[in-house]
Amino acid sequence: MPDIDIVTPIHPAPALPLRARLAPLLMPHRLVMAGLALAALLAIITQMEWSWLPVYLPKIGDGLLVTLVLLASSVIAGFALALPLGAVQVTGPAPLRWLATGFCTVIRGTPLLLQLWLIYYGLGALFAQFPEIRGSWLWPYLRQAWPYGFLTLTLSFAAYQGEIMRGAFAGVPRGELEAARAFGMPRLMVFRRVWFPRAVHRALPTLAGEIILQLKATPLVATITVTDLYAVITRVRQDTYLTYEPLLLLIAIYLCLSGTLTIVLRWLEGRVPSGH
Amino acid sequence: MIEAIDFSLLALTSPGWGGALLAGFLRSVELAAGGYLLGIVIGLLGATAKLYGGRVLRDIAEIYTLLIRAVPELVLMLLFYYVGTDLLNQLMAAFGREGIDIDGLSAGILVIGLVQGGYATEVFRGAIRAVPPGQIEAAQAFGMSPFRVLRRVTLPAMAPHALPGMANLWMIATKDTALLAVIGFSELTLVTKQAAAATREYFLFFFAAGLLYLALTLISNLGLRWLERRARRGLPAAA
Repeated sequence: MPDIDIVTPIHPAPALPLRARLAPLLMPHRLVMAGLALAALLAIITQMEWSWLPVYLPKIGDGLLVTLVLLASSVIAGFALALPLGAVQVTGPAPLRWLATGFCTVIRGTPLLLQLWLIYYGLGALFAQFPEIRGSWLWPYLRQAWPYGFLTLTLSFAAYQGEIMRGAFAGVPRGELEAARAFGMPRLMVFRRVWFPRAVHRALPTLAGEIILQLKATPLVATITVTDLYAVITRVRQDTYLTYEPLLLLIAIYLCLSGTLTIVLRWLEGRVPSGH
Repeated sequence: MIEAIDFSLLALTSPGWGGALLAGFLRSVELAAGGYLLGIVIGLLGATAKLYGGRVLRDIAEIYTLLIRAVPELVLMLLFYYVGTDLLNQLMAAFGREGIDIDGLSAGILVIGLVQGGYATEVFRGAIRAVPPGQIEAAQAFGMSPFRVLRRVTLPAMAPHALPGMANLWMIATKDTALLAVIGFSELTLVTKQAAAATREYFLFFFAAGLLYLALTLISNLGLRWLERRARRGLPAAA
């Protein structure tokens, strides 16, 4: 990332006229491909078996909601955890630094599915052994699967994002920190006013990609009986003995989700002043 | 409350599960290596299609990478697994043969390779674009055949640019093999779950499997770093 240029004003890209924007879509080969895609879509709708769809639609909606809530909560909690993980690796005392580096290495070096099963089966079996825990108010929650799914997804996001935050903290230009110190700011204020916001700013462009990756990790929670979108579709496949129809719908939904998320995140990114 | 952990469960011979775990680990490495190699082949083809292909080819490659990057690996693997086995069975039926059971290893490699190929396409495309075009044009001006240009100039010149991304993809390949457990492949993660469920020693087995995965990651990291240093010979130091 180049240093910020404060001299050139920011010009928004001039909006192209509609015809110029449509031109790439109207090239002959693309029209043919679009026609083929439309024909395939029509064939899928008319030739395949879709009578189950109205019956399962409410459940699919519920599953979609579970997926989105898991995604949002684990991204927020994971990001909150990633900030200290990244900062400590750059500036923390040695034992904390080793701990954070070790955590990131272990989580990033092992499959998410293994972590999920370790936490769900391992912790679940461990908790069940203690009467104190079984008697506590937490037990009704700990007996369900979603807290373990949430915990695993959060830790995973924190580790990947923590690694990015380490780079972001280390990459803040020294001159900016020296300038802050030259103003007589105490160390904590330098961190709060300059280092921390600049590091978060530098890490933002990668956040969109990480969130899409996290979306693609969520269906794993179906293996520990959380009824997310993927679990609902698996249920449909078991009930109806259909192989392809539910799978195609699932792919279509995930395509829409990734697309919408990408557009929303790009719009949000555009609203953060970047100085270019 | 917690009894001492019985490490003899990890013994290599029958009452212990160590042998089964190691066999699962080997199966995982085979799946990852095969899928990775297939991914490299698909990635080179995809990058060539995107950079030098005609309009139709370029759009098809674009749709392929978009699909791979937007849909969860688990769902893609299910799709490729069913479509792949169905197609092969129909093909066999068309030749008048009995439908066969495809062996797990090749199906798993195919599934991982198709996913890896999407990401590898993007890595190679970026790396080839980083090669100064004058070098490739010079090779062409010498009258080299397209294949020889690829082997002598484009591939070695793009290697240092592609290696960081490809190293990352190898890590993803080793971890993606675990997803095959959901489809029912007996690789390390599924074997571990079976061992843990049979003995009810969840922590012992999951930690043992975690150590195996971690060892694989860390050792391949060393190898990849060496490879990267070798590929960067003669280039200015990385920024």
